[in-house]
Amino acid sequence: MSGLPGLAAIWSRRKIPLSWLLLTRQPARLAVALAGISFAGILMFMQFGFRDGLFDASITVHKLFDTDLVLISPRSSSSVSMAGFPRRRLVQTLADPDVAGITPVHWNLVLWRNPKDLSTRSILALGFEPGDPLFTDPGLAAKAKVLNQRGRVLFDELSRPEFGPVAEWFREGRTVESEIGGKRVRVGGLVALGVSFGADGNILTSSETYQQLLPNTPPGSIEVGLIRLRPGSDPAVVIKRLKDSLPKDVNVLTKQGFMDFEKDYWRNSTAIGFIFTLGAAMGFIVGCVIVYQILYSDVSDHLPEYATLMAMGYRLPTLLGVVAREGLLLALLGYLPAYAAGQGLYSLVRSATKLPVYMDTPRAVLVFSLILVMCMGSAGMAMRRLGDADPAEIF
Amino acid sequence: MVVVEGLCHWYGSGEMRRQVLQQVNLTIQPGEVVLLTGPSGCGKTTLLTLVGALRQVQQGHVRVLGQDLNGSSRRQRQQLRQRIGMIFQGHNLLRCLSAEQNVQMGSDLLPNLGYRARRDQAREWLRAVGLGDHLDKLPHGLSGGQKQRVAIARALAAHPRLLLADEPTAALDKQSGREVVDLLKRLAREQHCAVLMVTHDPRILDVADRLVQMEDGRLIAAPVPEPEPAL
Repeated sequence: MSGLPGLAAIWSRRKIPLSWLLLTRQPARLAVALAGISFAGILMFMQFGFRDGLFDASITVHKLFDTDLVLISPRSSSSVSMAGFPRRRLVQTLADPDVAGITPVHWNLVLWRNPKDLSTRSILALGFEPGDPLFTDPGLAAKAKVLNQRGRVLFDELSRPEFGPVAEWFREGRTVESEIGGKRVRVGGLVALGVSFGADGNILTSSETYQQLLPNTPPGSIEVGLIRLRPGSDPAVVIKRLKDSLPKDVNVLTKQGFMDFEKDYWRNSTAIGFIFTLGAAMGFIVGCVIVYQILYSDVSDHLPEYATLMAMGYRLPTLLGVVAREGLLLALLGYLPAYAAGQGLYSLVRSATKLPVYMDTPRAVLVFSLILVMCMGSAGMAMRRLGDADPAEIF
Repeated sequence: MVVVEGLCHWYGSGEMRRQVLQQVNLTIQPGEVVLLTGPSGCGKTTLLTLVGALRQVQQGHVRVLGQDLNGSSRRQRQQLRQRIGMIFQGHNLLRCLSAEQNVQMGSDLLPNLGYRARRDQAREWLRAVGLGDHLDKLPHGLSGGQKQRVAIARALAAHPRLLLADEPTAALDKQSGREVVDLLKRLAREQHCAVLMVTHDPRILDVADRLVQMEDGRLIAAPVPEPEPAL
């Protein structure tokens, strides 16, 4: 309760809220300003959302793996061009005292035939031993049993609809069969993984079925090796040991490193980051222009009144503070609708594109900071007009 | 209260330099109502802005409320202005504030006074100028005379010892002009506040304790006319 007298003292020292009244007693101008700021905010939310969503979408599958370290070939550049390496290398890691378990994974894009309209489309196929742990999701082990039968696949029900109504048909109890690379496969179950940048859909198979579907795969070659460590071991130390002991034909990464490897590919070898950051910058500039226009004309219109206040003995910094608070109020009032609209548009984007675009705190803070900079910067520019207020000229 | 000695002022520079005040001497006693008249362009308003600490003194000597204005800083003049009430030709009210809020912009300048006290003072002043029923009206909802009365309340709300008025009746008809200056004089008397009023208006000259006439930048004393006999 000790804070209350202090607060009460501050409260009783308050003055007429001039900034608030200047804004709210001109509703048309305020509405234009808020529409402009919200529009800029929404634009920034969308552009940043798309950018981050696209990068996050590139690792939809990567995030699911139940692993501490990942072995890949140094010739792999991204999930759409994974190169093979000898399976032996993965087995060799078992010699390390901290390695608890391994899962060899086959990884490649295959052509899936839509069972309804018979068109083909590229889908990501992951092959593994059905008994091995693959994903952190504990439900997979039970579903994976069906893969012990040859020619069975688990179909990702979150795949894009272009692959056909596989999940619907399967749920209806129909036998869903399709072709992959000319080989017949039957859907033995559904999993929920999610689409990523490189893959519009996913299927899981056993290593044996995978070899059948892709007969050109050299025997004993895998694309990804999952390494699980004993609890309490330091991944950095194990990586160092493995790098020293293994030949240079494999790369050892942490799970995070594996995800970064994928994101970096899309970030560095595509223009996505640049395009969307540029889009957000456009929104920022448009917002700046609008807020500056509004505040500048507001100050100009009230110049005789500001001069009157100076004649009455108000200090110039006090009046600059009025303009600054107008900027701050505009930022706060303009951000709220932008935030709400951003939430709505994100859910629209999620349902339309299946991109994982969510309103996360860092982005909400980033956009607010940009709006704040926009409004305060414009207020700062508009303040220069106040220097023209000469109290000697008003008589 | 106000001491002006040998005040000279020029506008412009070089060839365009033009003298508007020549050796002006003027003294105003506490509580005195002084009217300054003269043709337009004779330097009345310039004298008012110099006494009101709105302009830097160029030559001569100006002392207002015990403060020397020669070589004063911006900050000193701003602080001095807080103790001088000003009433303008156009009422110069803030359009986005109600009558009460406009007056409170004046009382907000008073230090060490809580919000409620300042607001109550503002209301008191509006009642004193006869606008107790128009506290929440915006300036555009008030008549010219009412606006000027709000301006008087605002000027007095900061408890000034000196009130400067520049043609406060210029935009008003005879009746409301009369009411405004009578009110101004009565309230200034009550506050023991000196008034320096510039006016063209021959109808109000009788409110003056002293009448000063200006011509071509020089002051000439003039007799105060007798008040019009009441009917």
